Amino acid sequence: MIKLSGYETAAHDHLDVTFAALADPTRRAILARLARGEASVMELAEPFAMTQPAISKHLKVLERAGLVSRGRDAQRRPCHLEARPLRDATEWLEGYRRFWSESFERLDGLIDELKSMGERDMTASDEQPGGRP
Amino acid sequence: MNNSGTMTVTAPTECEIVLTRVFDAPRRLVFDAWTKPELLRRWFGPHGYQLVVCDVDLRVGGTWRYVLCRPDGTEIHLHGVHREIAAPERLTRTEANDYCDAEAGEESLTTIVLVERDNRTTLTSTMRYPSKQIRDAMINFGAESGIAESYDRLTEVLAALVRTVAQ
Repeated sequence: MIKLSGYETAAHDHLDVTFAALADPTRRAILARLARGEASVMELAEPFAMTQPAISKHLKVLERAGLVSRGRDAQRRPCHLEARPLRDATEWLEGYRRFWSESFERLDGLIDELKSMGERDMTASDEQPGGRP
Repeated sequence: MNNSGTMTVTAPTECEIVLTRVFDAPRRLVFDAWTKPELLRRWFGPHGYQLVVCDVDLRVGGTWRYVLCRPDGTEIHLHGVHREIAAPERLTRTEANDYCDAEAGEESLTTIVLVERDNRTTLTSTMRYPSKQIRDAMINFGAESGIAESYDRLTEVLAALVRTVAQ
């Protein structure tokens, strides 16, 4: 079932953390890289003009947000993408967009109906809706 | 046929999200649909949702309250206060939902502006969010195709990411 969570923010707290982690372009690039498979910190640092400690800082933010986990291999400790928070965030955004686009579709239908009724019992207004020159 | 039906989303300032949508109707009609409970009940909410409570005290300082029932019977509670009313062109109100009440500052301010031309109305709904992070994430995620060019590459990256994750 489709989640329409644009207005349904029960999961707000962890979404805030997810979104904060995603607000940085380097961290998004790291996630995009990990979407292709696990990688060590060294491998992650390569494409960026950044030191390993700088990358590690970003990784810590991503780990706290639950977006990345680290392997136990003491030497390499490969990083993995964790799907769940990302999926929740995507659903939230998609839900928001869908909420309004579907509501507006329904409003289109209502408008058609009201116009065919002649609009006159719509309002107690001083304006004639259809009365354009 | 016509370009009503196309919704766009943009982010002109740090904490704002702007929806625009064209309706094939004069603005008085759109304004009424947006403010009269008997009309709101007929369109507000996605397909399968029902607005079971709709109280609108359309005065500055007056409150509004919606209860939207999901297809599974659970409810979403939305409410706020009207800040500015200039029928049929402009309406500003605060918006909050019950889940956010615990957190101060979680309410947003929404202004709708209706511009009419040739019997068609362009609705612009500007939502000002307290959290820049939420807005940024929405834009960066590129959930909507009508966003600024500079975000296109990010959209691609994230679309690929999301595809992978969704598997």
